[in-house]
Amino acid sequence: MTLRIRVLPVCMAALIALICGSSATAQDLAIRGGKVYTMAGPPIEKGIVLVRGGKIAAVGPAASVAIPAGATVLDAAVVTPGLIDARSVVGLSGLLNQKQDQDQLESSSAIQPELRAVDAYNPLDPLVDWLRSFGITTIHTGHAPGELISGQTLIVKTTGKTVEEAMIVESAAVAATLAGPARRESSKSPGTRGKMMAMLRTELLKAQEYQRKRAAKPASAPAPDKEKDKEADKEKEPPERNLRNEVLLRVLNRELPLMIFAQRVQDIDSALRLQAEFKFELWLEGAAEGYAVKEKIKAAGIPIIVHPSMQRAVSEYENLSFENAAILRHAGIPVAFQSGFESYVPKTRVVLFEAGIAAANGLTFEETLAAITIDAAKLLKIDGRVGSLAEGKDADVALYDGDPFEYTTHCVGTVINGKVASSEAR
Amino acid sequence: MARVFCTLVVWGMLFAQSTPVPAPPGAFALVGARIIPINGEEIEKGTLVVEGGRITAVGKADAVTVPAGAERVDVTGKVIMPGLVDTHNHIGGIGGADSSGPIQPDIRIYDSLNPLDGGFRRAVAGGLTTLNIMPGSGHLLSGQTVYVKLRGGRVIEDLFIRDAAGAPMGGMKMANGTNSIREPPFPGTRGKSAALVREQYVKAQEYRDKMKRNADDADKRPARDLAMEGLVEVLDRKRMVHHHTHRADDIMTVLRLSREFGFRVVLHHVTEAWKVADEIARAGVPCSVIVVDSPGGKLEAKEIRFSTCAVLEKAGVKVAIHTDDWINDSRLFLRCAAIAVRGGMTRAGALRALTQAGAEMLDLGDRIGSLEKGKEADFVILSGDPFSVYTKVLQTWVEGRKVFDRDLPDDRLHAVGGWGAGNDQVPYFCCFDGHAGDGQ
Repeated sequence: MTLRIRVLPVCMAALIALICGSSATAQDLAIRGGKVYTMAGPPIEKGIVLVRGGKIAAVGPAASVAIPAGATVLDAAVVTPGLIDARSVVGLSGLLNQKQDQDQLESSSAIQPELRAVDAYNPLDPLVDWLRSFGITTIHTGHAPGELISGQTLIVKTTGKTVEEAMIVESAAVAATLAGPARRESSKSPGTRGKMMAMLRTELLKAQEYQRKRAAKPASAPAPDKEKDKEADKEKEPPERNLRNEVLLRVLNRELPLMIFAQRVQDIDSALRLQAEFKFELWLEGAAEGYAVKEKIKAAGIPIIVHPSMQRAVSEYENLSFENAAILRHAGIPVAFQSGFESYVPKTRVVLFEAGIAAANGLTFEETLAAITIDAAKLLKIDGRVGSLAEGKDADVALYDGDPFEYTTHCVGTVINGKVASSEAR
Repeated sequence: MARVFCTLVVWGMLFAQSTPVPAPPGAFALVGARIIPINGEEIEKGTLVVEGGRITAVGKADAVTVPAGAERVDVTGKVIMPGLVDTHNHIGGIGGADSSGPIQPDIRIYDSLNPLDGGFRRAVAGGLTTLNIMPGSGHLLSGQTVYVKLRGGRVIEDLFIRDAAGAPMGGMKMANGTNSIREPPFPGTRGKSAALVREQYVKAQEYRDKMKRNADDADKRPARDLAMEGLVEVLDRKRMVHHHTHRADDIMTVLRLSREFGFRVVLHHVTEAWKVADEIARAGVPCSVIVVDSPGGKLEAKEIRFSTCAVLEKAGVKVAIHTDDWINDSRLFLRCAAIAVRGGMTRAGALRALTQAGAEMLDLGDRIGSLEKGKEADFVILSGDPFSVYTKVLQTWVEGRKVFDRDLPDDRLHAVGGWGAGNDQVPYFCCFDGHAGDGQ
């Protein structure tokens, strides 16, 4: 009898899943937190996050949210929304750092916006598990800095066997790089900062021209009866499809942001200049010397995915500051954090740790938490689904046994789409 | 002409000497801080008395008498612990062995070190007072390391730690595993790596024996060989081997070679030590562990764990923690140990791993590493608990002199970063993948 009662709901859940076409049947989950930071309002002492069908069904104080019978209950001292890493290369830059697992940078040409992260992302790389075990549930990842335009990025959940299962946004931005890492050796272009900007302008102008021609001459089959008109007809034909131009067109039409890696003042300045000229949507990434030109960045209304706090202070980054994120944020600039790009050991940074250093260097606790949850979600335009604990949003939740930014605190659980995705204390 | 020559000689002598060191400071007492002496219980409200660069008293505030005439400084609410000892660091724009061969014991890293490098300013900002500065791991043996005190100063002589005979102290850097496996004349396999090492130590044994047999016969004595002299110091257990090693089998190879030739060794990095912790404990060999934020980056580091220190501690191994700066920034050395605590190490073990344990691995355990009467007055003043992200290093003191003060704008710049904090040098690690300063 007991068995039958247990089996029946399972069958029904499977049936519902079948009808709804959902791949998962997330059962009811109640997450009790000593303190729940919803990021959609003030923190709740002794709060409950109720999860149903992979979504958040209710959030509130224990006194006002009833836990349904049969729900799985998780407990933690501190509960936050699942964390968002606003710029990573995890999934393309694999754990082993061997040729066969390094897909973050194609060096055959300086400009390749047609490279899509979706075609390269490996959701089964162990570094994805690693990030998830610290409460990181969403990553904006893809082609790395290192070429003038290295390719596209995507936004995924840190779960799933296939990229399709993990997907939030298939094409999130186009990654560009100014200065140091984009410089090519031995008479290949670009070899200088001036050439980098000239090449970017040229490519954007080409895309504009492509658009003009495509718009002016819509594709229609010309009558091939007159031999002498053949040449003229050919000219009337729209240009052949060009993947590179198509992507850059999406940038020019503000459908895809151009995310420019720029650390030094002069490179940040160049990025702003290019944006002012072509009016694309610009995300600055890194901005190690951003504190020195904060007014200009603020005036341009550009958000920053700030460099990892613990980035090594060499070359492009030599003047970086632990306080950069705080200075930028307090200047009114939208700020999110990134795990960045590591070519050696450690193979990835952890955005929770990078944010923690900023929390100890000028950002308040809640500003810091916002920068890796709701502010990052807004910057990446995924705040309709993730970034806060609010009814109707994806049930992505991180559980900690103390202040998440403290070195000695552990992440004790990660929930993604209403399912426990990591539970080992780390 | 002769006068010009003489002038040059005098100038040469001046430059060869160290910066004039001011006389030892007068006595002073720091009163009211929580004191973490390492060798002994933490003292909730303590007093630390320093005189002539040494600790003359440490204990509960009401039990220690501040000597007459000593300056009394109130540090209530602060935390004092010994200066941090980093057993593995690469700052100073160093360059050790070159590509000419895999084993170069004649290299002395101090010949390449720039004491004015910005890395030193960041190191004292992180509370570091003693460093083992080492050449890289792209060789089986990349040269002699140097133990330095961060006293400030413009020339390397200002930083040396000297032994009883007045010689600068240091160890010998060795490595195995993939970093030193390269094109010839470097080894192509692990078997060849060990064979090349064995060959050189055997040669050094014979060199030493020949020297001894013919101590009184200059004609029969072999010509001096600087490389052999370096190895003989290792064989004679005068010079500690600091051995880069990651994989469990590589760790066992180091233990095997150490047994065969009788050299003293500290195992460094030890990514997979958690697999052979009991074997390491049985060998009685200490470990200096690297703590990094994620696994991978190379095959040997794919199974790195936060719990390595905890596992070794439990097995009874002496454990230190190092920065491996530039891998980990010296300013975040306390953080490395805090992450080890996150991985299960005891708080006391992690504090010891930053201080006394490292000091012992550098043969300096009786001089530094704890706050005890008679020891050199190397200590840090912290704003709070050593393992909290929110804690700041407020001051760093070496031999009774303040070398870092967060209240001074220029010191703060190096602690926090910002405009003008840059312009230091990246170390030159010959020849293996993952070269420093590649901008990514």
